[in-house]
Amino acid sequence: MTVSSLITVLAAEEVSVPIQLSGTTWPDFAWLIPVFPFVAFFVILFFGKRMRTSGTAVGIVAIAASLVVSVGVFAQAYLHPGFVEEKKVILTPFGDGRLTLGMKVDGLAALMFVIVCLVSLLVQVYSTSYMDGDSRYTFFFAMLSLFTTGMLIVTIADNLLLMLVGWEIMGVCSYFLIGHFWEETPNSNAAIKAFLTTRVGDVGFMIGIFILFWGAGSFEFSTIIERAESGEMPRNFVVAGTVAIFFGAVGKSAQFPLHTWLPDAMAGPTPVSALIHAATMVASGIYMVARLYPVFELSGPALNLIGVLAAITMTMAALIALVQDDIKKVLAYSTVSQLAYMTAGLSVGGYTAGFFHLFTHAAFKGLLFLGAGSVIHAVHSNNMSEMGGLRKYLPRTHATYLIGCVALAGLPPLAGFWSKDEVILDAYYAAGFGNGPEAVATSPIVGKMVFASAVVTALLTAFYVTRMYCLTWLGTYRGKGHPHESSTAMTVPLMILAVPAALAGLWGSPFWPDGHNIKRVVAFAGQAYHAPELVPVVAGTSVALAALGVVVGFAIYGKGLPRRDPTLSMGLVTKTLERKFFIDDLYLHAIVRPTRSTIAAGSNWLNQNVFDAPPNLAGKGAVLAGRAAYAVDQSIIDGTVNGSGRMSYFTGRALALVQNGNVQAYATGMFVGVVALAVAFAAR
Amino acid sequence: MHLVYPTVLASLLFAIGVYGVLARRNAVLVLMSIEIMLNAVNINLIAFNAWLQDTLLAGQVFALFIIAVAAAEVGVGLAIVLMIYRTHESVDIDSLTELGDAQGAPRGTDRAAAVAVEAQVR
Amino acid sequence: MTLAQAAPGYADVTAQEVIFILLGLVAVAGAVLVVTTKNVVHAALWLVVTLAAVAGSYLMLTAEFIAWVQVLIYIGSVVVLLLFGIMLTKAPIGGTAGLDGENRVAAAIVATALGGTLATLMVDAFRKAYIDLEDFTASGADETGTAIFQHYVLPFEVVSVLLLAALIGSIVLSRNDEGGP
Repeated sequence: MTVSSLITVLAAEEVSVPIQLSGTTWPDFAWLIPVFPFVAFFVILFFGKRMRTSGTAVGIVAIAASLVVSVGVFAQAYLHPGFVEEKKVILTPFGDGRLTLGMKVDGLAALMFVIVCLVSLLVQVYSTSYMDGDSRYTFFFAMLSLFTTGMLIVTIADNLLLMLVGWEIMGVCSYFLIGHFWEETPNSNAAIKAFLTTRVGDVGFMIGIFILFWGAGSFEFSTIIERAESGEMPRNFVVAGTVAIFFGAVGKSAQFPLHTWLPDAMAGPTPVSALIHAATMVASGIYMVARLYPVFELSGPALNLIGVLAAITMTMAALIALVQDDIKKVLAYSTVSQLAYMTAGLSVGGYTAGFFHLFTHAAFKGLLFLGAGSVIHAVHSNNMSEMGGLRKYLPRTHATYLIGCVALAGLPPLAGFWSKDEVILDAYYAAGFGNGPEAVATSPIVGKMVFASAVVTALLTAFYVTRMYCLTWLGTYRGKGHPHESSTAMTVPLMILAVPAALAGLWGSPFWPDGHNIKRVVAFAGQAYHAPELVPVVAGTSVALAALGVVVGFAIYGKGLPRRDPTLSMGLVTKTLERKFFIDDLYLHAIVRPTRSTIAAGSNWLNQNVFDAPPNLAGKGAVLAGRAAYAVDQSIIDGTVNGSGRMSYFTGRALALVQNGNVQAYATGMFVGVVALAVAFAAR
Repeated sequence: MHLVYPTVLASLLFAIGVYGVLARRNAVLVLMSIEIMLNAVNINLIAFNAWLQDTLLAGQVFALFIIAVAAAEVGVGLAIVLMIYRTHESVDIDSLTELGDAQGAPRGTDRAAAVAVEAQVR
Repeated sequence: MTLAQAAPGYADVTAQEVIFILLGLVAVAGAVLVVTTKNVVHAALWLVVTLAAVAGSYLMLTAEFIAWVQVLIYIGSVVVLLLFGIMLTKAPIGGTAGLDGENRVAAAIVATALGGTLATLMVDAFRKAYIDLEDFTASGADETGTAIFQHYVLPFEVVSVLLLAALIGSIVLSRNDEGGP
């Protein structure tokens, strides 16, 4: 590429009409991708305990098979960007609101398949060593398979209801997986917190689904997009639906204000954090918005909202990451911040950029998490204050971890730089600077906010990444015992992930052949997007800030933990950051405590006295009726029978008085009769 | 004479005899009262016989037979009274109540069952 | 029949009527004393008086044979039997208080009602009847005997059998040692 092309702004391009592939190709079998892990789930659940490998072989083979099919599908996507394959099976063949089980495979889905299957496979291989000896080993693998199934269903779904099914499966599995070590209360609390917080988002998600259905008359993505673009769906529905449905993404992708669950979810095993929180579940929110992006593009308010939340989340999380001691917590806040980058990309019209970042993030964050797991496994502690100087003890882990750190910090030529740069560039254009493609629906103010935030966060990211690196790997070892390198099963996935972490960015760079770069592969047909480009001002700024952060970090932490960690000595600022801007406290006092005490008591009262009242009353009434019937039976019915007996007895007693044995009494009676007869005859 | 006188006499004697039969306690006195009643009947018969001037004298003959039967009856009756006297040491009619209903429990049942029945009924 | 002949009114009292009324009063008085006296033996004696008065009224009604049979049988044997019975049952010779049973009141009412009814009935029915005794001569002993043995032989024989049965029965009943009846 020549220098001129480097600085030339490329005009916006349009992808051509969707291509239909002829013949039987890999995408025809795309429906198998979620099926393999689903079958594996049942097999592991029922037979896993009896197998020699405790079911892990089944899980790994299944996901490997899915990966094979995914690669095949992706090859098609790569070769024919803009293709779409849709198939469906109608479950209820009558009525208008038909339930369908369908798949929509296009470039976006194909890339997601590969990401999910690859990371899931690596995590499962890693877990065979990390979770070895755990008491619930088999169940863990069953849950991993089920979780993967859920994510793949979300990916492949062609309608919102099916996506919701996969969404909820993931929610349940994340509860089980985060709460894997539930014997300790903080862990089960974290699982509940994750589940409930994402559930709050899911309420908005479901409302959004129904608004879109109401407006478009169908649950299917293609239909909704078409109706929205053609104007058949009224604008109110478009705006309301997208805003509501975005809340699902806020919950699942841990954006402000529903971000609080993700750091606490680090209580789960590290492979779980890698799979769920780096690569898959948190990405599902981004993916969902991307699937419906043409609708979002028409809804300015939704995009503005996304942008504002992204800007807030990005910076806030990066700041909190500065004061963390737990290595996993640093990575968690980093994830929140990077997810905000992705949503920022979505908000400024560059969903392809946001998705590109999702792709690279999956690689390097997954790598970092697995690497952290390796470190924790060696040191038996999560806290960086007990690490240090591990460079000589865990060389392979160190090498891969370093690659991950550089990628995260956004230094070229590693992956993170390219994707982050694309997002910042889209923000730059949306803010009104430069000569960007035609304006997107986002307002320029939001665009400026996003741009500023992205730039500042780049600096902060570089700084905390450097801090984390130095505290863990440089200096002298501050912990106990003798750390050692992890097993092959753990280091090989690290090495495999290091490759895309390092190189994947190039796929989205201007250096890749234009027809097949990631943005085109992922873009929709008819979607306006612009090819990757390097605008010197923007790129130069982000690189400079990242480098600055790294340098300052090295200056402070280059020799390991200093006696006074500056980030922890900033007084009120530190306190605010440590308390995570008091948001958790706010939720606790405003929501959790009142719910637990008053609302719970109130709903219990309601349940006992109002809802249970009819059956209770029916029961009491039945008891009373029984008693009354008994009383009636005893007193009236039996009384009648007894009474007749008694009457006979007393009548008999009375009549017996006549027969008293006194002959004269008898004679008297007789004569009375005679007199009576005489009188009777005489009177005639 | 007017027929009224004999018939009224007979009615009065009969009534007095009835009173004696019903009221007297001694069995022998009861037998006497019965004799009075029979005599009243005889008067009636004789009176009607005279009034009707029966050529067959049916009334008188009947009265004769009544006298004979009365005599026989007194004989047998006294024999019975003697028997009663032998078994009871008295001829008080009021105490001769074995044929009556025992006024506590029904006849033919034993005491315990009767008490049980009474308790249940009550 | 001379029944339908115009009967003399009640104001014309004949001698027979007077005697009859007197005898009737004696009989009634005696009967009342029989049923009310407290002495059993006195009751038997008053019975004799009553029976004698009744025999006298038979005579007034031209039934001679019956009158003497009454005296013979009734007073002669029945009352004697009754006296024997009184003595054998050791009835107290003097007076006893409780000779009247519990039934007294009811008996009095019944007897009064009965007597009243019958008397009223008789008076009402036979007000105009009159026994013509002037022409009636066919009721002497001759005629009675003839009637018995000519027309009523069979009942006569039956009565004898009856008496025999009564006799045997009495003996059997009152036997002492071989147990009761």
